Amino acid sequence: MSVWEWIRLLLGGALLLCGLLIFLIEMYGVFRLKYVLNRMHAAALGDTLGITCSMAGLMLLSGFHFSTLKMAMVVLFLWLTSPVSSHLLARLEAGTNEELGDHCEIYEELKVLEAELQEQREASMQSETPDEEEKE
Amino acid sequence: MSKLKPQKEYEKTRSFRFQRWLGGSRDPYVGQVEMQPQTPVELPELTIRERLRDSQAVRDKVYDIENNKKLNLFRRIYVLAAIVYCAGLAVILLAMVASLPPTGEANRPVNNEVSARYIENGLQETGAVNIVTGMILDYRAFDTFGESNVLFAATTTVLILLHMKKKKNKEGKVEEIESDRLLEPKQDAILQASATVLVPIIILFGIYVILNGHLSPGGGFSGGAIIGAGLILYLSAFGFEKAKKLFTEKLYKGVSFAALTTYCLAKSYSFFTGANHLESHIPLGTPGAILSSGLILLLNICVGMVVACTMYTFYVMFRKGDF
Repeated sequence: MSVWEWIRLLLGGALLLCGLLIFLIEMYGVFRLKYVLNRMHAAALGDTLGITCSMAGLMLLSGFHFSTLKMAMVVLFLWLTSPVSSHLLARLEAGTNEELGDHCEIYEELKVLEAELQEQREASMQSETPDEEEKE
Repeated sequence: MSKLKPQKEYEKTRSFRFQRWLGGSRDPYVGQVEMQPQTPVELPELTIRERLRDSQAVRDKVYDIENNKKLNLFRRIYVLAAIVYCAGLAVILLAMVASLPPTGEANRPVNNEVSARYIENGLQETGAVNIVTGMILDYRAFDTFGESNVLFAATTTVLILLHMKKKKNKEGKVEEIESDRLLEPKQDAILQASATVLVPIIILFGIYVILNGHLSPGGGFSGGAIIGAGLILYLSAFGFEKAKKLFTEKLYKGVSFAALTTYCLAKSYSFFTGANHLESHIPLGTPGAILSSGLILLLNICVGMVVACTMYTFYVMFRKGDF
């Protein structure tokens, strides 16, 4: 084997090991942390950085051909989808958990905005209810 | 009720009496049998107390677990038997694994004339480079047809159980179903932006997997699942109003019916010609080209459509109960 192939092998192995290490940290975090948002932070680590490192290592090890492009597509796909699904889960948690303030700090402006939205909703509900009574 | 005879004459006939007996409009015992009016049964208070005491005694006896010798014996035997059973099962399975023939040996029972035939003549007879697709959609196409029909039957069951019909007012307007599931926040800018990029790619990839089913790993089932996932992503990003423009109940019915019928007719043709030793007029083409391997491409498309429709309909039915 030439020098370049040795370098490629070592680099690929190092990247794969790095990805595995990140996955281990992710697993530890998911089981160690107690709250949903903290756990999601840990889980997102593996889906973005961990998979990137592992796939880059595999791409280096396999050499350059068509399947390399497919692996790059896998990484791109996960980069696009995983943060979005995390965002949706976090939004659901923030929207449904009434005791969110116990776990994290909520900014004052957001509280003001939420209060305004709540007022608007109540106002619209009040304006809707008499209409229905009139219909009946 | 007779048109030929007058009513009084008709009432004497046997068929009238039979009709009356069948309909139960007249009790045959009334006026025929001596009857006594029933008196309501009154239980004396003493018997009620006795019954309560008896049932309490039975309950005490039954739930007196600590002094029940049989139950204690059974529990001990149960624990022992469970351990023995699990250990025995583990020993049997491990012994079986140990006595399995080594992987790749020529004398394995898997390597019989069936798999040899598939591997040797599969490419020539079906024209599919992917032997698995050649097997499931040519040699065993009847089995795959059954699977597609199972999917269709499952969707039909879900439709029967979960489909909510829209109620109409007195004025004839369709009422909106009042449900908190409709009020959940769906208009998410981040999800919509990513869905705009992803949905076309996902659906294109699904079509690629279906069309390349006979050339590369994949086929109708996996490609259909990918297309269904793309449709579900579109629905959850943009809501029911926009998804309804593409996918309606009518489309579901049409596509499923057309796909299953096409599959049935195409395979009937090849079964008919094959069973009667007639020459099939469908060319196999050059192996490796997209338009090759006879009917397999068509069958893959049919299966993919059925699977995609099934996945989407399941999601819609469980989410809202309506398309």
